[in-house]
Amino acid sequence: MSLPEAFSGLWAYWLIIALMMVGLYIVIARDNLVKKVMGLNIFQAAAILFYVTMAKVAGGTAPIVQEGAEHGGGHGTAEVVYSNPLPHVLMLTAIVVGVATTALALALAVRIHGEYGTVEEDEAVAWDMEHG
Amino acid sequence: MRDQIVVLAVVLPLLAAPACVLLRHPRVTRLFSLGVVAACFAIAVALLVEVRGGNVISYQLGGWPPPLGIEYRVSVINAYLLVLVTAMALVVLSFHSSGGPHRVPERRRHLYYAVFLLCISGLLGITITGDAFNIFVFLEISSLSSYILVSLGGHRRAVMSAFYYLVMGTIGGVFFMLGVGLLYQATGTLNLRDIAARLEPSLDDRSTLLALALLVVGISIKLAVFPLHHWLPNAYSFAPPKVSAFLAATATKVSFYLLAMILFTIFGAPFVFGELQLHMVLMPLSILAMFLASGAAIFQTDLRRLLAYSSVAQIGYMTLGLSTANAVGLAGGLVHLFNHAVMKGGLFLVVACLLYRVGSVHLDALAGVGRRMPLSSAALVVGGLSLIGVPGTVGFVSKWYLVSGVLERGWTAAAVLILLSSLLALVYVGRVVEALYFRRPAADHVRPDLREAPLGMLAPTWILIAAAVVFGLTTDWTYGVAAEAAELLLQGGI
Repeated sequence: MSLPEAFSGLWAYWLIIALMMVGLYIVIARDNLVKKVMGLNIFQAAAILFYVTMAKVAGGTAPIVQEGAEHGGGHGTAEVVYSNPLPHVLMLTAIVVGVATTALALALAVRIHGEYGTVEEDEAVAWDMEHG
Repeated sequence: MRDQIVVLAVVLPLLAAPACVLLRHPRVTRLFSLGVVAACFAIAVALLVEVRGGNVISYQLGGWPPPLGIEYRVSVINAYLLVLVTAMALVVLSFHSSGGPHRVPERRRHLYYAVFLLCISGLLGITITGDAFNIFVFLEISSLSSYILVSLGGHRRAVMSAFYYLVMGTIGGVFFMLGVGLLYQATGTLNLRDIAARLEPSLDDRSTLLALALLVVGISIKLAVFPLHHWLPNAYSFAPPKVSAFLAATATKVSFYLLAMILFTIFGAPFVFGELQLHMVLMPLSILAMFLASGAAIFQTDLRRLLAYSSVAQIGYMTLGLSTANAVGLAGGLVHLFNHAVMKGGLFLVVACLLYRVGSVHLDALAGVGRRMPLSSAALVVGGLSLIGVPGTVGFVSKWYLVSGVLERGWTAAAVLILLSSLLALVYVGRVVEALYFRRPAADHVRPDLREAPLGMLAPTWILIAAAVVFGLTTDWTYGVAAEAAELLLQGGI
């Protein structure tokens, strides 16, 4: 596969990979725990977009049966092309998982703030070093 | 009704969790969850009896036939894991003390049991389901509940450890989800056996290789394979000791099953170990885990941390068995699942006993405790001997088969290294024994009122420790099942 080809047909995947790396970078590089959670969120969102992208069929419409369309349509049109509904449905579950993870992570961040008085990772680690 | 018991194993704890929230009463919820887990254990044993000798039970959720609908599938390897998880849950839940320093406050106790049941339900779900995306959902159910359980440790660092665990675990989970997505893209199906059957023509595609990489790395994070183990020592040493006992005995074991299932059933041993030579990565990492984590364990001054590092090393033995990809080595890895669960579960329960009476498991605080708490200390010694792999304990059985498998593969050096790494275990167990029996307590640590832990704690502890000896002497049961499971995996079945 030549380079222009890899970009033109697959640009959505490149975007997703970029988004994913942005998220992962935030998780690794930021000391603020809330920002880490947001990075994790972006990372998850990229994975969700990946599923949605792969379900898209060129020219496909939402997979809802259209009146009369599946029999060839009333005006001699070809049968309707649907996008694949399964990955979309899976992503509803993944979004729920993502929300639960975010909620739990933020709740832990609140607890950490209560215990350490900060949500900066480096400050919390320094505090632990000092107080054992 | 008889056909429904497969799904009940997962549904019972899943429904019991919200019921616990409604029941509220701490004692009632405890007995209730104990009853539910006992029922799950009975189901798991019944399933194992039924599937031994090559039977497979397939259950169609909602009556939709397999490639389209979600299938729950129980073969000998699934049933083996089910028995392991439910048995450990039963023992850990029956471990009971009234009061103590690291307890959840009584008015929130019911929530603790609810989360515990959710975790069990997730682990059982991963084991039993035959659908790739269903695995992801159950993986996240069990992971999310284990983050909560870890955060309940009481110490402020418990919350921090839970947060790290969450970040690592979520990254692992998303990797797993992406891997499943790529497999779906390649095969158009989510049923595990269907994926395996249709993957053959696209095995060499770059996206399939990416799927394999994502799945292996994602699960390796949850399994704490050597360079990805960073979350584990903190999580296990700050979690409540009962939770450490449960997670050390089950969560990593279920992840190991997942890894084995993906490598052998979905991608197949000829591709993964023949063409890709994955053992060239997995074997050195396993050996590094055995040495570096055992080495780190030697320098720990806190018993919980010591045991946690030892867990990382023991996971190295399991993945080493996996990387041999022959019947004996794989069976050795699988039998070590059970054996390590029994001994490490037992040892963490001893930690709970010691914490309850002594208040700390720092090695200095444990000086001379051997005389005051003879039964707990003896349990620690027996469990420790099993970690080393002394004949007559389960640790020996695992290492025997591992070494045989590794030798059969022709890795003589690795076999020698297994034995050498046992010496490191001897050192760290030796340090604990020395503190318990041969050291005098420091002047400010003398505790004339120190008594043995109550029976409610000692009995479950000794059940596990006794199991570590019994299954070290008779291996028909454990190795028999593990060998059958290994055979099945090598044929690419589940």
